[in-house]
Amino acid sequence: MNYKMIKGGRMKKQVLMNLVLALMISGLVFTVSCAKKQVVSEPVVAIEDTTDADAAARAAALEKQRAMEEEMLRQKALKEASLSEAARAQKAAALERFVDQNVQFDFDSSELTPMARAILKEKALWLGENSGVRIIIEGHCDERGTLEYNLALGERRAAAAQKYLIDLGIFQSRMSTISYGEERPLDPAHNAAAWAKNRRAQFVIK
Amino acid sequence: MISVLDSLLQVCNRNLMVKERQMKGRALLIFFLVLGVVLLGRAHTVLAQHVYLNINEPFLRKVPVAVPGFKSLTQGVNEDRLGKEARNILVNALDFTGYIAVLDPMSYIENLAKKGITRAEINFKNWTVIGSELLVTCGVEESNGDIQLKFRLFDPFTERLVKGKVYTGKIDDLRRMVHRFCGEISFHLTGKWGVFSSSLAFVSTVGKDKEIFISEFDGYNPRQVTRHNSISLSPAWSSDGKWLAYTSYAGGNPDIYIKNLYQIRGNLINFKGLNISPAWVPDSFSLAATLSFENDQEIYLLTGKGKIIKRLTDSWGIDVSPSFSPDGKKMAFVSKRAGTPQIYIQDLDRGTVARLTFTGGYNTSPAWSPEGDKVVYVGIANGEINIYMIGIDGTGLVQLTSKAGDNEDPSWSPDASLITFSSTREGGAGIFVMTATGGDQRRLFSMKGAQTSPVWSTGNENN
Repeated sequence: MNYKMIKGGRMKKQVLMNLVLALMISGLVFTVSCAKKQVVSEPVVAIEDTTDADAAARAAALEKQRAMEEEMLRQKALKEASLSEAARAQKAAALERFVDQNVQFDFDSSELTPMARAILKEKALWLGENSGVRIIIEGHCDERGTLEYNLALGERRAAAAQKYLIDLGIFQSRMSTISYGEERPLDPAHNAAAWAKNRRAQFVIK
Repeated sequence: MISVLDSLLQVCNRNLMVKERQMKGRALLIFFLVLGVVLLGRAHTVLAQHVYLNINEPFLRKVPVAVPGFKSLTQGVNEDRLGKEARNILVNALDFTGYIAVLDPMSYIENLAKKGITRAEINFKNWTVIGSELLVTCGVEESNGDIQLKFRLFDPFTERLVKGKVYTGKIDDLRRMVHRFCGEISFHLTGKWGVFSSSLAFVSTVGKDKEIFISEFDGYNPRQVTRHNSISLSPAWSSDGKWLAYTSYAGGNPDIYIKNLYQIRGNLINFKGLNISPAWVPDSFSLAATLSFENDQEIYLLTGKGKIIKRLTDSWGIDVSPSFSPDGKKMAFVSKRAGTPQIYIQDLDRGTVARLTFTGGYNTSPAWSPEGDKVVYVGIANGEINIYMIGIDGTGLVQLTSKAGDNEDPSWSPDASLITFSSTREGGAGIFVMTATGGDQRRLFSMKGAQTSPVWSTGNENN
């Protein structure tokens, strides 16, 4: 039984080899025939014999056509330009919004509020549309609380924002974080409104 | 008898130490002060059982001290002026202690500057009658810029010379010479050398930046020691006063710089993430700091060169602001492990951790007393930021500041008699000082910009 199997295997191999050989030969023949065909179908340039009047009329027609085409192109370009202008303005506005809109936090907290999540979702969309952009997420605190603790808290705020963006599919490699604690307030006033503004994660384009 | 012998031996040892220190100082050529300590008389060796002042006593009565005008000894042209200047320095320094009250010269009966400053020339009854418990006299000699100050400290009640010292130096050394004798007065009263030879490090704004400054103990003669043109924070002295560790954003990230103050060299701790809140281990070239390169803020022990020895804390969440017990065996720190920032004490040998603060929802910035028994810290309650003190066993909680701006960054004087801190009570942040019981709260100095994070060096020139 063993012997038969080996023999069978050998036979199969033989058939396969023959097949490959046949294919190769036919392929070769096909290529050769193709080459021939190309030579045959080489275009022949016709030399036309024309009068001057014919040529002038033809030139005028051509000129008209060209002018029409140019006008059409110009109209198209104008339309496109105004379109991209709007797109560009929209893009700039989106960028501005991305950079200006901070994620706010409660006092002594690095937890994301529902509002913070909504803002981060919008930021994730923007980052999705602008895949080449790399960002720095800064964590900040208000002046209440102590310096060293706030440096740590600021880092946790930046990290919380970053983690949420990762969960929304933004690659970590596009983001870095830094904490400034209470060193860089947006509003230097000493009141509740200023403190609320200053407790934030802020987004900077690299 | 045995105790007297012991005391005598201690005195001998101390004198040896003084000598040794002077030799060292001269060898290092750090200071140009040439100090000749001459023992005036033998009274100082008379050692009765001495009861020291308890500077942590909440209702401490200040010791009344008389400081009559200093006497010009050789009628040199500058002696009167120098004498007045030296007396001012002494009076200000004694007032600074919080446990000495210099008596008003208007009440003095004798004019010792005219009459004479030695024991034989003083009528001590004239000093006891005005309530003076100590009497300081000084003679001034000056020639060609060389100054000699001959100080004597008397106990008018026993009519005894407590301490006599002669200091020799240049005009620029005047403050240091006077402050050394202030150290002697403090030592007589409290058994400790006081704060006079300490330096004060602090942070000040310079334009938009924050830089580290160093001044004398009382804020005199501040000089800028960092020029990073960046945010520099949290200065921390090594025990020997030679190294200053601090956090700076100079490289873009909050890193710890370990700066040698006498040579142009230093080390850097710049792991990924935070490198903040450095605190030296007492008497060791190692420090603890919060790092976050493992994506969680934990406290690590590092060498002075910035190499990690080991991680000290192990809890998810913020762990920050280490402060060591004087023996270096325990560490107070801030942790949010229970949901709010609270102060904990970790036994570094056993690894056990116990929560210290339970009152209030925000307690941070601990500073362990050099005496070892207390921790001062910052607490936020009722919208106020104040300084509190608590025993390391969790008893004896006291609020030290109240209704006077935001009060932060408490730090002890090396003799544990004073606490320096920053406060916004006068508008912008400035540096303040109070006694260890919250008394005599006053601003140390006025300077352009805002000042925060004051810390005194150990300063041990006298011993």
